[in-house]
Amino acid sequence: MKLTGAQIMMQVLKEEGVDTIFGFPGGAVIDIYDELERTDIRHILVRHEQGAVHAADGYARASGKVGVCLVTSGPGATNTVTGIASAYMDSIPVVIISGQVPTHLIGNDAFQEVDIVGITRPCTKHNYLVSQTEDLPGIIKEAFYLARSGRPGPVLVDIPKDVANKNIDFKGTTKVKLKSYNPTYDPNTRQLKKTAKLIENAKRPIIFAGGGVILSKASAELTEFARKTQIPVTTSLMGLGAFPATDPLWLGMIGMHGTYRANMCTGACDLLISIGVRFDDRVTGKTDAFAAQAKIVHIDIDPTSIRKNIPVSIPIVGDCKISLNHLNRLIDNIDLGDISKKREKWFNQIDQWKNTKPLAYIQKDVIKPQYVIDKLYELTEGKAIVTTEVGQNQMWAAQYYHFDQPGHFITSGGLGCMGFGLPAAIGAQVACPDKLVIDIAGDGSIQMNIQEMATAVQYSLPVKIVILNNGYLGMVRQWQELFYKKRYASTLIEHAPDFVKLAEAYGALGLRATRPEEVETVLSEGLSSPKTVIMDFIVEKEESVYPMVPAGAPITEMLLV
Amino acid sequence: MTEEKHIFSMLVDNQPGVLSRVVGLFSGRGFNIESLCVAETMEPLVSRITIVTKANRPVIEQIEKQLNKLINVIKIRDLTGPKSVKREMALICVQARADHKAEILRIVDIFRCKIVDAGMKHYIIEVTGDEGKMKAILNLLKPIGIKKIARTGIMSLFREPN
Ligand SMILES: Cc1ncc(C[n+]2csc(CCOP(=O)(O)OP(=O)(O)O)c2C)c(N)n1
Ligand SMILES: [Mg+2]
Repeated sequence: MKLTGAQIMMQVLKEEGVDTIFGFPGGAVIDIYDELERTDIRHILVRHEQGAVHAADGYARASGKVGVCLVTSGPGATNTVTGIASAYMDSIPVVIISGQVPTHLIGNDAFQEVDIVGITRPCTKHNYLVSQTEDLPGIIKEAFYLARSGRPGPVLVDIPKDVANKNIDFKGTTKVKLKSYNPTYDPNTRQLKKTAKLIENAKRPIIFAGGGVILSKASAELTEFARKTQIPVTTSLMGLGAFPATDPLWLGMIGMHGTYRANMCTGACDLLISIGVRFDDRVTGKTDAFAAQAKIVHIDIDPTSIRKNIPVSIPIVGDCKISLNHLNRLIDNIDLGDISKKREKWFNQIDQWKNTKPLAYIQKDVIKPQYVIDKLYELTEGKAIVTTEVGQNQMWAAQYYHFDQPGHFITSGGLGCMGFGLPAAIGAQVACPDKLVIDIAGDGSIQMNIQEMATAVQYSLPVKIVILNNGYLGMVRQWQELFYKKRYASTLIEHAPDFVKLAEAYGALGLRATRPEEVETVLSEGLSSPKTVIMDFIVEKEESVYPMVPAGAPITEMLLV
Repeated sequence: MTEEKHIFSMLVDNQPGVLSRVVGLFSGRGFNIESLCVAETMEPLVSRITIVTKANRPVIEQIEKQLNKLINVIKIRDLTGPKSVKREMALICVQARADHKAEILRIVDIFRCKIVDAGMKHYIIEVTGDEGKMKAILNLLKPIGIKKIARTGIMSLFREPN
């Protein structure tokens, strides 16, 4: 059958199960759009290509599928870079299809030509420039395969206009075979047995789980593992929701803004079982002091994550789900004895840490940002999908909204990319139309991709935006307060739009709370509206996030309120 | 931690951009490249890249893992140590004043090099050898006056069992 590159592409996308594409058209992709229009794949027209990638990222995390975006050459492609970098840092499966100038013009500085493959090489799992139509189906299949397998990540496919246009004989696709790519899913049994032995003998064990557990859909296995071994659990920011926050074994998040008990546990534990994590510096603080008394087990599918930042006693390369499954079966055959008796001292110590230094704030006459999240958690019964912007809003969301399920906390963890939350919420809402999706935002970050309000309204996506409006680039201000003698250089947001009017201008609902007693009413009204809603909470200006581990300090040395 | 010199040899897809991925990995992650050499193998779709790098043990481990992670790297081996042969080739252009010519020819003879270009005032010498030999000949030629030099960087293959 004779088909054009664009037509072949649609067939392959269907084959890969694509039902939604986030994108923005332009000259180099007109042909692809022309074909897309004739399929039943839903296209969401964003207002900026960065938004397209974040939306595809949010969609991927909420649905567990590969997110897809489509953009034009040149500026369309460069606009995706921040989104791609964020997805790369957080290992999110996204396929980015960019148009390119026709092959005969490549290298000529043609109109809207940019070497996007060169630009995104260090922030994609892999990328391709398709040089002939014959290669297109195979490359697209590979792109999806790479994006979702092993340690997932973004893959970019750059398609010159003539490659999309050319008619060729198409005989269908074949199975992807890559001789140089073979992720290790099955863990080494000997290493697992050693781990089981360590668990048997440990006096003060903890589990440290991360985004890898969510990506490999291993939450049930993790929960089973923790409960049967009675080992308390902390997670990284990316791991929130991998283990139920309402479980008595939950320690709270680890790291720079982790809970006192989670960080103290890390300092005191004699066994740290880390699963699907990469020991980011925001987690470890000073690496020499990190879990210094512990034997460290590290399970991860990416060998480069192991021993990159932290030396480990037992490295295990493997898929989190498969590894935990094996480990659970091994534990079944071990007599752990009277486990609650064995843990009594350790649990008492943890309780003491919990009771002396809980997460806390005092709500007086100005709205505390933490209070807004507390109420939000209460009113939504912890069931919402929460995306965040970056800064204090993100940390308070992580601390005060308690996640019981994976895929419900969607944040730019590795890149810490302001402007992520709104488009990611759009993507999550597209993936889960019946769920309540909330972007917890800062007044600074929300302005970075505010244009996506139009997207949300156009597609009747009822995302709820909760702005913790402190009038500052709050997280930077907090650092200036603590480490720069309160010299607030360029962190006061001296002029901001009226977010209520802005919401209305976009055709959304805008609400505002300026006093504590209005918080609940505004939340109730906003959350129950069928529309896209901005809720603007005027909060305490100079509130800070605590605990805080100063950058580079041991994580047991926290600044507290 | 002490730094060690390692020689990595890898088979990669012979495609545009692959070298850039390898080199970009080194620059992006702050690894160092002492020498690099690349050429096609007997299989036209596959090239061999040999990289010499210097780093401490954990970083060497990272370098190998990170290279392995590149989709276009088919196979990678650490060829450090006596199990492999290592050679480098250099073209050395030396100043050849009349009173030095005999000395230069003597050195060429001792090191079994070849003169591949000769003029009134210069010789271009072709030399192959391991690191030690390279160092030795350069030491001897330096006082005479090296005008230009081009080196391939080290390439290496595992010895086959007898
Ligand atoms: C794109 C981008 N630029 C700059 C930063 C640095 N940064 C981190 S947090 C922050 C402040 C964010 O302000 P706001 O959105 O109001 O959040 P708040 O901390 O006040 O809750 C800034 C500027 C960033 N993370 N991302
Ligand atoms: Mg702010």
